[in-house]
Amino acid sequence: MARSVTQNRKIINTSAAWAVGLLIFFPILWTILTSFKTEAQAISDPPVFLAFDWTLENYGAVMERSNYARFLWNSIVIAGGSTILGIIIAVPAAWSMAFVPSKRTKDILLWMLSTKMLPAVGVLYPIYLLFIKLGLLDTKFGLTIVLMLINLPIIVWMLYTYFKEIPGEILEAARMDGASLKEEVLYVLTPMAIPGIASTLLLNVILAWNEAFWTLNLTAAKAAPLTAFIASYSSPEGLFYAKLSAASTMAIAPILILGWFSQKQLVSGLTFGAVK
Amino acid sequence: MATQHSRSAARLMMAPAVVLLLGWMLIPLSMTLFFSFKKYLPLRGDSMANGLEWVGFANYARFVGSSAFWPSVQATLVIVGGVLVITVVLGVLLALLLNQPMWGQGVVRILVIAPFFVMPTVSALVWKNMFMDPTNGLLAYLWKFFGAEPIAWLSQASLPSLIMIVSWQWLPFATLILLTAIQSLDGEQLEAAEMDGAPSIKRFWFIVLPHLSRAITIVILIQTIFLLAIFAEIFVTTGGAFGTKTLSYLIFQRVLESQNVGLGSAGGVYAIILANIVAIFLMRIVGKNLDA
Amino acid sequence: MGQIQLNQVTKSFGDVQVIPPLDLTIEDGEFTVFVGPSGCGKSTLLRLIAGLEDITSGHIAIDGTDATDVPPAKRGLAMVFQSYALYPHMSVRKNIAFPMRMAGIDQAEQDRRIEAAAKALNLTDYLDRRPGQLSGGQRQRVAIGRAIVREPAAFLFDEPLSNLDAALRVGMRLEISEMHERLKTTMIYVTHDQVEAMTMADKIVVLRAGIVEQVGSPLELYQRPGNTFVAGFIGSPKMNLINGPEAAKYNAATIGIRPEHIDISETEGMWQGTVGVSEHLGSDTFFHIQSGLSPEPLTVRASGERKLKYGTEVYLTPQADHLHRFDQNGLRIE
Repeated sequence: MARSVTQNRKIINTSAAWAVGLLIFFPILWTILTSFKTEAQAISDPPVFLAFDWTLENYGAVMERSNYARFLWNSIVIAGGSTILGIIIAVPAAWSMAFVPSKRTKDILLWMLSTKMLPAVGVLYPIYLLFIKLGLLDTKFGLTIVLMLINLPIIVWMLYTYFKEIPGEILEAARMDGASLKEEVLYVLTPMAIPGIASTLLLNVILAWNEAFWTLNLTAAKAAPLTAFIASYSSPEGLFYAKLSAASTMAIAPILILGWFSQKQLVSGLTFGAVK
Repeated sequence: MATQHSRSAARLMMAPAVVLLLGWMLIPLSMTLFFSFKKYLPLRGDSMANGLEWVGFANYARFVGSSAFWPSVQATLVIVGGVLVITVVLGVLLALLLNQPMWGQGVVRILVIAPFFVMPTVSALVWKNMFMDPTNGLLAYLWKFFGAEPIAWLSQASLPSLIMIVSWQWLPFATLILLTAIQSLDGEQLEAAEMDGAPSIKRFWFIVLPHLSRAITIVILIQTIFLLAIFAEIFVTTGGAFGTKTLSYLIFQRVLESQNVGLGSAGGVYAIILANIVAIFLMRIVGKNLDA
Repeated sequence: MGQIQLNQVTKSFGDVQVIPPLDLTIEDGEFTVFVGPSGCGKSTLLRLIAGLEDITSGHIAIDGTDATDVPPAKRGLAMVFQSYALYPHMSVRKNIAFPMRMAGIDQAEQDRRIEAAAKALNLTDYLDRRPGQLSGGQRQRVAIGRAIVREPAAFLFDEPLSNLDAALRVGMRLEISEMHERLKTTMIYVTHDQVEAMTMADKIVVLRAGIVEQVGSPLELYQRPGNTFVAGFIGSPKMNLINGPEAAKYNAATIGIRPEHIDISETEGMWQGTVGVSEHLGSDTFFHIQSGLSPEPLTVRASGERKLKYGTEVYLTPQADHLHRFDQNGLRIE
């Protein structure tokens, strides 16, 4: 769009956008600020914005809470494990669909996506029952598998769209150059798809990290990740705003950072490519 | 573009994903279907081993007939509808704003997207305690500052509060998608309309909005599927009290809290059917895109 | 060595047969061009030879041994793709080395062959660049370099020049011909451009709808087209084809006459017509003459100095010994 915009217009746009942006971001900002206050300052009347005695004591207190590290570790294992497992299963599947398409490829892909739409609550009891029977209830392994399965359609989908953009002729060239199927995938496809695989990884770590239905319902004390840890603050004994804020900040900070990196892939990943 | 050799390799490589998802879908689904026709109250001694009593469609009838059913449908509709209206309308406006030339566009974008990355239990908890708490919440201070009586948000205005929390979480999603859609609009089209003498309101109405219609449809469909299933926000804030019991929360309570598996499963089947109706429309759009 | 034999080869996609039974032998060292309009099956045929597609029935033999079920990697053929298909994440050097790396050739020999290929293709200064930093012509050369170092039994080219601009295309055409003279390796070259076919080929295979219409040297095809399709396809500008009563005078359903075999006069001749558009190329002039003989105007070649105004009445006389006659089925009558 080659059109000149007056400086005034731009100033108005900028201030409006920044005002709205800060308003939307405010709850997060407020949480982060509160995490550095003392408990008394956190509920002082009137509220203090910046002029308070900055302290790290809340972080110390949360870390010391007997089991915080374990919740964090559970989150890392479950989110990371389910994503890596999902990618290992999805790469070959996406290769097949992208480079050896058949008449059924589209149907299979759509069917896979449709499993993502299954309401979790509709299958809650069967999964719960199976978990008891298989001894998976409140285990990291069980949760890793479930989160892998619920995100697998998105992983397959995202990898499929990335692979589709790699011209088939390049893989055929590798075949003509004497590469076996393994060498073709290893030396040609994978290096070319690294950016796509990385962003798929990123988005799925985020989704798995934040998942809150299965993580709340299939865990108790042992395997509970941060989602459950935070939920435990909803009981009245947890009404310590500063500590709550510190715990929340720690739970969301890594994902906020990852999320900012992945915002480009977010749209096509979450709309199944319907919006690019 | 393939030989027999690569086709059979492809089938083999696709198998794990297909088999896993097929199992993940079919096994629980058939179990839910099975339970929905049975009387199954584990706490009263019913168990698979002893055999379950076949009750036909009684669970389906009871689920719909219970006094909690219609209020839950109403709560679901209000929440889903409210969030959709807020996120789509504000999302369009925000996307238009963010698409304007400005300084620090990238940073503003990041600020706007951020709530989407906050885990649902955190956002529910932060809103509940630090903003909506009637004594220490920030909103209470604001009300008092203007001389008004603070509101006990989550009990007195439970549905609007919940809509507000969920809208805050989903507004970034709508904005991001609509912004992406707006950016694909051909600038020359707008200039042509301007040459034709269309004022900016009309340009928005006749060119920008129709261009966005597809993206808006997708936002509505995807959000509907996720909003029908919201759980953590209710679990953390009201626990289903004060009229915030949605259909899926009702099913959750039937299944896990009162351990009436047969009844809950019948409710689950309703939920699955409902989600599928929405999903069909979404899959159609996605499918068309695959052909292109 | 690189003799390729196709024996009753067919190819179907689902129910659609794109190549009906086809027999063809490409001799060792021959430069063979598959030419035909788009969708004629020429690229499919090349991919069958490469092994990138399975043949539905029949046999393919390379140097006398059956290669029908041999995977592409093992056929010892090298291919240059229309899109060049370079590996974007590798430098030019690594691209060229890739087939040798796959074959397990030792490093010293790899380096020797890369240097030689780079020198021959003017790529020495670009060996450490990525394909993305090269121009279209340079990428084309890298693709050729990658093919050469394998020392294959035969080279397969799939419309390799169609992504280049016109000037570069002429240059690359010469380079590929030059390369063939030097290496004497079998080459199979697919194109829809009959000029490329005429200028480069030892043998042209004209394809239409998967069927071989005619096989022969460029001059054979030009001078004695086997049917009306080949007559119309080979040669630029196209041969004039005339149906109806005028053809019947020669006991044929269709007669054909090339633009250079018609004499044009303002005073007398066999056929009467009106001058339409004239195209002055400098060396030659092509006149498009409206006549009642065929719906399209007849094309006539005259010397570059010849000038005729739009709308001038003229007379045309075909040279009788250069007249081609075809029967109702379009086949040549000798």
